[in-house]
Amino acid sequence: MTFEQILFILFAGIVVGGAASVLLQRNPLYSAFSLITTFVGLACLYVTLKAQFLGVVQIVVYAGAIMMLFVFVIMLLNIRDEDTAVDPNRFLVYLTIPLGAILLGALLYVVTKVNLAQPTGDEGGTVERIGTNLLTKYLLPFEATSVLILMAVVGALHLAKREKE
Amino acid sequence: MVPLSWYLALSAVLFTLGAVGVFLKRNIISMLLCLELMLNAANLAFIAFSSFFGQVEGQLFVFLVMTVAAAEAGVGLAIVIAVFRNRETLDVDESNLLKL
Repeated sequence: MTFEQILFILFAGIVVGGAASVLLQRNPLYSAFSLITTFVGLACLYVTLKAQFLGVVQIVVYAGAIMMLFVFVIMLLNIRDEDTAVDPNRFLVYLTIPLGAILLGALLYVVTKVNLAQPTGDEGGTVERIGTNLLTKYLLPFEATSVLILMAVVGALHLAKREKE
Repeated sequence: MVPLSWYLALSAVLFTLGAVGVFLKRNIISMLLCLELMLNAANLAFIAFSSFFGQVEGQLFVFLVMTVAAAEAGVGLAIVIAVFRNRETLDVDESNLLKL
């Protein structure tokens, strides 16, 4: 087993452990913190895949900005314990295990068929390469994203604002 | 040398965990967190393919997915706050005005 494979298993363990913890924690605040662990592990995996820029963006935007938003909202609301418990009487709970097994089996069946060798001499996702592509060849999706974010800002402000008495 | 199928298998596991979480959780914030898990599983698959094909397009797409995820989190949490203000609970089963 090579050094890269050992690193992959280490990071994959962090990612899967964090993801399992998201499901097992009853308090959403602990779920959010577990998700941050998952994101950090994913950022490490991105770097091993030569996507350095996205690894940093994953930490700054996901673990930094998005998860802080979640944590703020969780702390803003008073969450009672009965809201967070899994209801054993819901039929979905019993359906989840077989459905999850079927989904995982189908995905793994497809995934194990893939066999592709990594090309050599590829410089990966540097800031220069991503920025050049984003502002020349893929300018339209980039600009469309800014419109989307503007809509999200206006929508979030409108939804969260207090109604006038 | 890590084979591509390892990354894709990890992505599949992550996606399944997220989907199972959306089914299991009753708390709307926990459901949103599991949604982020599924988005990140897709991102990992994108970056793995991008790296193994030696093309940067997959990484650009991940960049756009991250922006969409940020917008989704913003609007989603605003909806959570609005729901909580009206119903005083985060349980999705309690938000049943449209139910017959």
